[in-house]
Amino acid sequence: MSAATTTYEDFAAAPPAREPVLEIRNLSVEYGYDESPTRVLRDVSLTLHRGEVLGLAGESGCGKSTLAYAATRLLPPPGLITGGEVLFHDRDGGTRDILRLSDRDLRASRWQDLAIVFQGAMNSLNPVYRVGKQLVDAIQAHLPGVGKKEAYERAEHLLELVGISPDRVRSYPHQLSGGMRQRVMIAMALALEPQVLIMDEPTTALDVVMQRQIVEQIAELRERLGFSVVFITHDVSLLIEIADRIAIMYAGEIVEDANALDVYRRPRHPYANGLLHSFPPLRGERRELGGIPGSPPDLGRLPSGCPFRARCEFAFDACATVRPRLTPPAVPGDDPRRRVACLRHDPEAVAAAGFDPVPVPPELAVR
Amino acid sequence: MAAVESTVLETTPPDVVPQTTSAPGARRRLLFLRNAKALTGLSMLAFFGVIAVIGPWIAPYDPSAMSDALLQPPSAAHWLGTTHTGQDVLSQIIVGTRGVLVVGLISGVLATLIGMLVGVTAGFVGGVGDETLSALSNVFLVIPQLPLIIIIAAQVPGAGGVTVAFIIAITGWAWGARVLRAQTLSLRRRDFVEAARANGERTMRIIFAEIMPNLTAIIAAGFVGTVTFAVLSQITLAFLGVTPISEWNWGTILFWAQNNLALQRGAWWWFVPAGLCIAALGMALTLINFGIDEFVNPRLRSTGLKARELKRRGIRPRIGFTPVVDEPRADDRPGEVDAARAVAAPAAPTTQEAGR
Repeated sequence: MSAATTTYEDFAAAPPAREPVLEIRNLSVEYGYDESPTRVLRDVSLTLHRGEVLGLAGESGCGKSTLAYAATRLLPPPGLITGGEVLFHDRDGGTRDILRLSDRDLRASRWQDLAIVFQGAMNSLNPVYRVGKQLVDAIQAHLPGVGKKEAYERAEHLLELVGISPDRVRSYPHQLSGGMRQRVMIAMALALEPQVLIMDEPTTALDVVMQRQIVEQIAELRERLGFSVVFITHDVSLLIEIADRIAIMYAGEIVEDANALDVYRRPRHPYANGLLHSFPPLRGERRELGGIPGSPPDLGRLPSGCPFRARCEFAFDACATVRPRLTPPAVPGDDPRRRVACLRHDPEAVAAAGFDPVPVPPELAVR
Repeated sequence: MAAVESTVLETTPPDVVPQTTSAPGARRRLLFLRNAKALTGLSMLAFFGVIAVIGPWIAPYDPSAMSDALLQPPSAAHWLGTTHTGQDVLSQIIVGTRGVLVVGLISGVLATLIGMLVGVTAGFVGGVGDETLSALSNVFLVIPQLPLIIIIAAQVPGAGGVTVAFIIAITGWAWGARVLRAQTLSLRRRDFVEAARANGERTMRIIFAEIMPNLTAIIAAGFVGTVTFAVLSQITLAFLGVTPISEWNWGTILFWAQNNLALQRGAWWWFVPAGLCIAALGMALTLINFGIDEFVNPRLRSTGLKARELKRRGIRPRIGFTPVVDEPRADDRPGEVDAARAVAAPAAPTTQEAGR
């Protein structure tokens, strides 16, 4: 808890000059190359700042993984990026659009600038090679100047970094437990000191003890090495522990983007509110558990207006017509940098579309 | 743009042009036919099939009938010229098509069935059964096929096309069995098969409902491969004169052409058409094979469907490099108002929080 609290206070006190490292702008993604593709992401914009842990949360199938894979151009066929840009700001000030990089540059940039730990990554290790060799391979593939001995030293150091005894470089993957293999994958992702680390449900297949250890490890490493993390999970309680900022996705769009503690204490979007009420808080006063009724919409046949309105208890007439945009919430005293896509918080758009604005309900205006 | 494209590539018939009007269900059923490769292969095979059926009636002459026109080059009377005894080459090819296709089909079906039975059983049962069946297919693999076929075909009195087909099938199933066994072994350990077993599905159902659909591509490819092999074997046998030389097929034509020094005499019309027919049939079968591959694998299905359309849009489907196209989509759900646009249209927004 204390860690999260300091982070929040840090942000509250920090000057607004946060330096972006990865900027996703209006990214649109479709599945299917035929005449009627499914639009999975619709104009998603998201900024990751240097040294920040950004959590991406949402139900299964809301586009979390698709967003991460599309931003790195790793989406397998029939995925298709139909627009937008993904700007990567290098340490030395250069800016590149990942979506417009040549194959060669993209290959070189992967792992070095932007590393990924996949969902179920522990199965990504090749069972016939020793762990050390696989780490060394990765290092030498990207840094051809590094000698074998030096690379092995580096591999040992990396294993130590993630809390595995260095003599494990001589182990085969089957000789390690699931959690250790997951750590090896994290070590591998960190091998080239990337500036951005994307973790797609890195702890889903692990037990809670291992989850906690790995999450703490990531937090500590981030502190030490200064990279940024995009952490994708449907486990919001885990995100509140580890993330500085949380973006909540619903039906291929970001519906709320705010500091982790703000999302936890003061959710502004009805969906975020529902998500937070579907698990018990670890600390603090007891509160009533609720779920979110219904299920996510079919992305191939999205309703007009707000995609969440069918499940939303605060929906009103404008929700069926007006498609919400991300705006600062209409709650006085809120962090001006936070964004929410809800018409309850956007009376201006409601009025512009010719409807009567409805006030923010008290549930979504908790102080 | 589309007009230019369609003139460049004329392989696909007009009904393949994207039609947004047809229902998705109808489209899915004709999916296989929308694959240009499969369609080309199938049309070529269908062409040969029709010739095989109606051959004897449409052949202009009796293929065995001799005439005075000896070794004539192609002319109006004999489109593909004549042999040294004045037989019409075109008639020989037309009549010979049936023999080729019948042998190819019978041995293809037979070899595939034996291969499936042995291969899938071996892969699925494991243990002693697997050992035995594997040994059996290994034995058949190392048998030198062509000499064996020659010996058997020479021993069996009056070995006609069907006998040859049986011999080819019996000697040619082992490769398919091996491949199917290997794939079944790997499939048997997959989670979905384990899950089916845990659910209490019967073995037969697991084999036919869980494993077989995953083997379709291999079985189909094996079938097409065996047919190709059978056609070539039969033509080889006929060419060598092992099978009755009075029974017309493309190999018999080549046999007579070879024996009568067609090449040395410059009588190209005698052997080139038969060679081209063999090549065309082989190509048709290979194209069908490609088509099956793309059709059976659901992942390849949508990518392989319209290579032309994808090329036009600049999409090259690859793993690890998602294609990026600049095709902004208008969100045209009926009656929708975009909040951002609604606000941008009237006066410029200034204060947001002061709303309430």
